[in-house]
Amino acid sequence: MRAVLTVIGRDKVGIVAGVSQTLAELKFNIVDMSQTIMQDNFTMMLMCELPATTIDFEQVRGRLNELGQQLGVQIRIQREEIFDTMYKI
Amino acid sequence: METSQILETIRMIDEENLDIRTITMGISLLDCIDPDIQRACDKIYQKITTKAAHLVEVATAIEAEYGVPIIHKRIAVTPISIIGAATDATDYLPFAQALDRAAKKVGINFIGGFSALVQKGYQKGDEILIHSLPQALSQTEFVCGSVNVGSSKSGINMDAVRDMGEAVKAAAALSPLAPAKLVVFANAVEDNPFMAGAFHGVGEADVVINVGVSGPGVVKRALEKVKGEPFDVVAETIKKTAFKITRVGQLVGHIAAERLEVPFGIVDLSLAPTPKVGDSVARILEEIGLETVGTHGTTAALAMLNDAVKKGGVMACNQVGGLSGAFIPVSEDEGMIAAATSGALNLEKLEAMTAVCSVGLDMIAIPGDTPASTIAAMIADEAAIGMINNKTTAVRVIPAVGAKVGDNVEFGGLLGRSPVMAVNPASSADFIARGGHIPAPIHSFKN
Repeated sequence: MRAVLTVIGRDKVGIVAGVSQTLAELKFNIVDMSQTIMQDNFTMMLMCELPATTIDFEQVRGRLNELGQQLGVQIRIQREEIFDTMYKI
Repeated sequence: METSQILETIRMIDEENLDIRTITMGISLLDCIDPDIQRACDKIYQKITTKAAHLVEVATAIEAEYGVPIIHKRIAVTPISIIGAATDATDYLPFAQALDRAAKKVGINFIGGFSALVQKGYQKGDEILIHSLPQALSQTEFVCGSVNVGSSKSGINMDAVRDMGEAVKAAAALSPLAPAKLVVFANAVEDNPFMAGAFHGVGEADVVINVGVSGPGVVKRALEKVKGEPFDVVAETIKKTAFKITRVGQLVGHIAAERLEVPFGIVDLSLAPTPKVGDSVARILEEIGLETVGTHGTTAALAMLNDAVKKGGVMACNQVGGLSGAFIPVSEDEGMIAAATSGALNLEKLEAMTAVCSVGLDMIAIPGDTPASTIAAMIADEAAIGMINNKTTAVRVIPAVGAKVGDNVEFGGLLGRSPVMAVNPASSADFIARGGHIPAPIHSFKN
């Protein structure tokens, strides 16, 4: 299962480190990533491969929210299909 | 990774209120028919709480995984008049109470189907159901009722029109919110996922999942980028946006049906507003170039919007159904509330608008002393528009007891608030007193 992680907020030291460390702890493998500054906002997108075992999304979201608060950014995780569906026939 | 597309999707959800308005499970109650009303009620409760046991849980999980809000989880059942006809009961309130209990048990927020289809005449259960409506809707929390009084194929049952005028009035006298849960239809559809008019048609599968999408804010934002462009560009922009919105509905419905192990029915391609700023159909019409919704040009703008939404959505999903188009409830749409309050939007214009969109006079507060015959005459007008134009029309008006024109009525939550709108004071009593049946139009003979 793949999911897209988006991180948006004010740039500061340690965002990439913090996010990637948490993903490693969750055993999420990063397969693609892009990072840019848009309208003064740090914007990072990560495509992750999730472990095959059942994932409790609520729990993951809770953990990422907590991390987002520490880093002062918004972190979202959404399964990949939502983006494919909208733009591909 | 297409980063711009990912960001667009996130913006639609976060800033433009893109959501799945409802996942509605349709459940047939035909196998719950029993001559004993208590036994029938027990079977109904049993079936609903079994089939829909995981509905809310599955919807909540999908919401978390895909990051798309799913606002309502609901249930539609077989019209209760059909189930009730097998019993000797003279009051169907126990059915409504059983539905309400089942709704509470599974954690949904509305259950539709306290309904009757009477476009050509009354059967045994129909009249009983209509007479039970005021009590059923005022004594339960989540039960919604609807009655189909006319169709293009059968004409209009004017006895039912008269009775429904009385029922709306009686419901309002018992509880201010009861009329908000009651829809009077012409050409009602059997797979509508939206309340208060949802019921599960007898031609449907035993259990089915239908989805209603939303997203007026997304369309409005897309149109802001084509200011001043000709209508071809406007229509094209709406189509493209409707496509994307509907795709989300298709995905969510597909996954929900799979996880609940029931067939996926339809996606209702609707623009359903809420009273929240940025979630209004009226503001789309104004973005198209009208100073205020209700002014001249509104009907044309709405006709184009409704058609473009359907065209964009049709290709985005396997099966389209329900009402599919733009909804124009007054109290549930921030722009409509503003226009009605300023006087730019009146009942006559709303009636014209219902001729070109997918619904009818919806969520409109009228003075509490409006005679039942006037309400019935409004229903007759809407049914006539539906019958002649081969489309669904409906009336959901709320007589605000003790209130006069211009007063504000609060319904709360997504039902919103509405100024009490003026009704034509001239009497329609003799017209309604005739009763009988308006024959089907000539173009109904297609066989």
